[in-house]
Amino acid sequence: MTTIRHTHLSGLEPLVLTPDLLFVNVGERTNVTGSAQFKKLIKEDRYEEAVEVARQQVANGAQIIDVNMDEGLIDSEAAMVRFLNLIAAEPDIARVPVMVDSSKWSVIEAGLRCLQGKGIVNSISMKEGEESFLEQARKVRQYGAAAVVMAFDEEGQADTCARKVEICSRAYALLTERLDFPPEDIIFDPNIFAIATGIEEHNNYAVDFIEATRELKRRFPACHVSGGVSNVSFSFRGNNVVREAIHSVFLYHAIKAGMDMGIVNAGALAIYDDLDAELRERVEDVVLNRRPDATERLLEIADRYKSKKGEVVVENLAWRARPVRERLAHALVHGIDQYVVEDTEEARQQCTRPLDVIEGPLMDGMNVVGDLFGAGKMFLPQVVKSARVMKKAVAHLLPYIEAEKARTGDTGKSNGKIVMATVKGDVHDIGKNIVGVVLRCNNFDVVDLGVMVPAQKILDTAITEQADMIGLSGLITPSLEEMGHVAREMQRRGFTVPLLIGGATTSRAHTALKIEPHYKSPCVWVKDASRAVGVAQSLVSKELIDGFMAKIRAEYAEVRERHRHRGPGKQLVPLEKARAQRFGCDWANYAPPQPARPGITVFDDYGLAELREYIDWTPFFQAWELAGHYPAILTDEVVGPQATELFGDAQKMLDRIVAERWLTARAVIGFWPAASVLDDIEIQADGGKVMLHHLRQQADKPVERPNLCLSDFVTPKEYGKPDWVGGFAVTAGLGIEPHLERFRADNDDYSAIILKALADRLAEAFAERMHERVRREFWGYAPHEALDNQALIAEKYQGVRPAPGYPACPDHTEKTTLFRLLDVTANTGIELTEGFAMYPAAAVSGWYFSHPDSQYFVVGRLTRAQVEDYALRKGWTREQAERWLASNLDYDPD
Amino acid sequence: MSTLPWLHPDRVTLLEQALRERILILDGAMGTMLQGHALDESGFRGERFAHGHDGHHEHAHPGGCDLKGNNDLLSLTRPELIRGVHQAYLDAGADLVETNTFNSTRISQADYHLEHLAYELNLEGARLARAACDAYGAKTPDKPRFAIGVLGPTSRTASLSPDVNDPGFRNVTFEELAANYRESAAGLIDGGADVVMVETIFDTLNAKAALFALSELFRERGARVPVMISGTITDRSGRTLSGQTAEAFYYSVAHARPLAVGLNCALGAADLRPHVQTLADIADCYVSTHPNAGLPNAFAEYDETPEQMASVIAGFARDGLLNLVGGCCGTTPAHIAAIAEAVRYCAPRRLPDTSREAA
Repeated sequence: MTTIRHTHLSGLEPLVLTPDLLFVNVGERTNVTGSAQFKKLIKEDRYEEAVEVARQQVANGAQIIDVNMDEGLIDSEAAMVRFLNLIAAEPDIARVPVMVDSSKWSVIEAGLRCLQGKGIVNSISMKEGEESFLEQARKVRQYGAAAVVMAFDEEGQADTCARKVEICSRAYALLTERLDFPPEDIIFDPNIFAIATGIEEHNNYAVDFIEATRELKRRFPACHVSGGVSNVSFSFRGNNVVREAIHSVFLYHAIKAGMDMGIVNAGALAIYDDLDAELRERVEDVVLNRRPDATERLLEIADRYKSKKGEVVVENLAWRARPVRERLAHALVHGIDQYVVEDTEEARQQCTRPLDVIEGPLMDGMNVVGDLFGAGKMFLPQVVKSARVMKKAVAHLLPYIEAEKARTGDTGKSNGKIVMATVKGDVHDIGKNIVGVVLRCNNFDVVDLGVMVPAQKILDTAITEQADMIGLSGLITPSLEEMGHVAREMQRRGFTVPLLIGGATTSRAHTALKIEPHYKSPCVWVKDASRAVGVAQSLVSKELIDGFMAKIRAEYAEVRERHRHRGPGKQLVPLEKARAQRFGCDWANYAPPQPARPGITVFDDYGLAELREYIDWTPFFQAWELAGHYPAILTDEVVGPQATELFGDAQKMLDRIVAERWLTARAVIGFWPAASVLDDIEIQADGGKVMLHHLRQQADKPVERPNLCLSDFVTPKEYGKPDWVGGFAVTAGLGIEPHLERFRADNDDYSAIILKALADRLAEAFAERMHERVRREFWGYAPHEALDNQALIAEKYQGVRPAPGYPACPDHTEKTTLFRLLDVTANTGIELTEGFAMYPAAAVSGWYFSHPDSQYFVVGRLTRAQVEDYALRKGWTREQAERWLASNLDYDPD
Repeated sequence: MSTLPWLHPDRVTLLEQALRERILILDGAMGTMLQGHALDESGFRGERFAHGHDGHHEHAHPGGCDLKGNNDLLSLTRPELIRGVHQAYLDAGADLVETNTFNSTRISQADYHLEHLAYELNLEGARLARAACDAYGAKTPDKPRFAIGVLGPTSRTASLSPDVNDPGFRNVTFEELAANYRESAAGLIDGGADVVMVETIFDTLNAKAALFALSELFRERGARVPVMISGTITDRSGRTLSGQTAEAFYYSVAHARPLAVGLNCALGAADLRPHVQTLADIADCYVSTHPNAGLPNAFAEYDETPEQMASVIAGFARDGLLNLVGGCCGTTPAHIAAIAEAVRYCAPRRLPDTSREAA
């Protein structure tokens, strides 16, 4: 299996459709068939205003804009050309790709001739037969565009799921077999039709679309599925609340089924969770065709929403009676966001400048928070909650500040600006987000570029933003290498701003040895979020920086010195000797257990309630920098109260995650006949022999303690016994993005970070639960095992599940083999990044070994001889092996 | 179009083999070399154009016009000079030489009222380059040389308005450009070009018209030649004149399945580096670059020395960014020889595993 190619589109800037986009919004307002306003502007030749419509869409988040001029009274070709030429001159519009939309081929072709970027044709179909379809598709390729393929053939538009799938499948076969059309450039439109029209045959249209989507994504994972969403609610025109509710519910289910693009009004999408419960239920009945009277029941209540306004009754609390300054401080320290907007507004009216509110009461409050945090009396979860309150207050003030700024040119003061990113190839960002929040609380401007950010983008942004610092984060070992690259690029491009390094695999030693030497200006490792503020403040202060850096540089020089003179200390043994000391057992009399269910098994949509029982909570608290073991941490003298509060919030969210199915858990496992061949394991998979490559410990150990390699736990080939190994990949992070987005939109980092951390925990719990079922059922070598969660966490079972990239098998690239064997991406939706991180981040994968003596161990340092031997087995150059095993080398490859 | 057979399959095999083995060297500037001859008006005209127009052609307008500066015309009037430039670059170590056809399109020749020469200029330009390569290749059979047929940007842009008061206005259409390019490309192919390169792309829409024209021409001929594409980042904003980033540029032309994509002109090597790096990171095909000899100085001259330029390029090569490298404005055989020497022992950039068959 090759990894799925992403669709590459472009305007002035690239748009790569990676799975983390989840759903691509195509703006619909520049379409004369969908927008009466736009049609009027075009008909009256008011093109300047028409261009503004496009600008608003992009500003509102449209990632592509759909342009349609199909109207009887308009010269569609001329209008298409004129409009596309005009928006080409507007960089803030032209940065996104264009979808050229027309039912007339001549209009589409005229549009394609105006696009310098790679756009999308909407649409082509087989309505006039295969030959004209292929001819148009060939032209689309020649013009360099992707294509929406409508489920439409000689018989007409497909309305049932079966017809939609059949037509799209036929189109796919024609495009890829007769034309070599790239699958990733095919976007299916399986037709969204109006529901709840009163005609019974229409009742199942939404379900047909959703089910067709699911099947098409299963068959053609590289392709996309799109549609014009507003069609579905056509029968409720005039009632926008109900229409938006229908769109929201429809999208919620269609996106879950795999719909990843849609023509929508980017500014007006209701949030599924925010819908009135009764309305949502009745809309859901209609969309999912759950009862025959669904349409009547929705009509019954629809009128109520025509002009409904929600209101909330609030009760007054004691602190609400105090002066506004104290109320704001109270809200910040206690993380209460309920009243912050009204309090901020009141404070604003009392102050002469809106900035005074920030620099006065809000900063005072945050200073209290900072002092408590610095003194260890307050902990990260609360700080993040406080930041949420602060963010909402600032968001309220921002328009006033902008107006003030425009009037007086006064910009207020900030401690400094930092550009932060998780480096290319890595998707982990919980820690980085926490650091961002903490820095913002301390009045730093933070430009967060997100995850998988290439060096050039980080550096370009640092220049355009005139950043005072750059912060890099990463969790997996290949990220260390990438950070070194960024440092070298900074030096090469003449940067002088400080570079901050953080993330779970980073260390003082790595920074001192591998990063700092490449960058002449300050480069500092930041141990955790609580140190970030101190480091950042020292680096931006003219008074502090010299002393601070002198201390850091002395420390790093000492680390390097120690490294250089670490001398013969702990000698490694030669590879041959280590192999001679391998683990062995009485193989002749060993009876390897046979799996009860060999081959591949896929688990789709696993129950989250079941997984919840398997959560190991200790790492959850670690993510929040609360030290201690669960459950003792809840009653800990120092952090107990905070841990209890955080745990309570997490439980509450977990209840909703489970009840409202925020996340989807999927898994795939498999077992293959296996035999060890020295340090490799030869397995029999469907496609023939596959080699799994492993590494061996080379520490000098006493005779009775073997030098382990994972292959030692599989019967050697010469015994000719039927032994097995297994593999697995699980995720609990599918579907997380809309919820994170919702929290982000609400300035609620606290909930966003809890959700991410919980998804991670659920994925680990899933790995634990799946391993248990493997031992009891699927491999079945321990059918009567009965361990409680504590015993599972303590690994008191037979067999191990080591993960590629971790201590027993430190080579991340072996994940490629694992993913291929299990067809992980197609079976679960987990993808590998170029740095071999898994996306979604809440995912775990690894191997299963059943041998009674199998155990977890650390491979540790490797000699050049083993690295060369490994390179030979992998078909790599030695340099490649040194790159991927950089953290394990016992020597300096340079 | 990618399923059509090669027009010269043996030449393509040799070229692809060489690309797998080493970094190939492109030639340097043509204009800079011709300036050295300090030709006057009559030097450009030769016999056929003695009166400022084509003696072999019935012109619609009376009288002639100045032809000085029409470098491409020298392929017809002073072929020995063009041959000499090709020879000098081959001597310097170039594996590929570019035809003297940068302005050999109807649109560009219209400035001299010589639009009818478009096909002939390309035909002769390609013949000269190909003959120089064949002669050299016969001397060094282990190192075949290749002629690149050059399609320049023309003097017009399809996605920018020349009228500040009307951003929707265009002075050239996609169809006109495609027709221009089709005629010129036919000349290049008939003259024996091994490869066609769409280069110095200021406006990606012009390039897309050229690529469209090539695909039509290949379909008509039932065979294709490899295509190279080279864009131009116009200044330190890091964008093309028409506003695209290097990454967006690549995605806009990747449908042509080029043999190579790259960047040339406008900037010196050092300023081009991040953009070449971008292409090296994302491109499924080979990566080329032929930068200027630095940025022009106050006298509009390029003064980066061969050594300076070669040392910057050596850094590109060491970091595995390159498959083809040469020079653009201001570079000379001395630059090309220095670059060839600097990259001689560097491995070429490896194609990503996921790439499909090129072109």
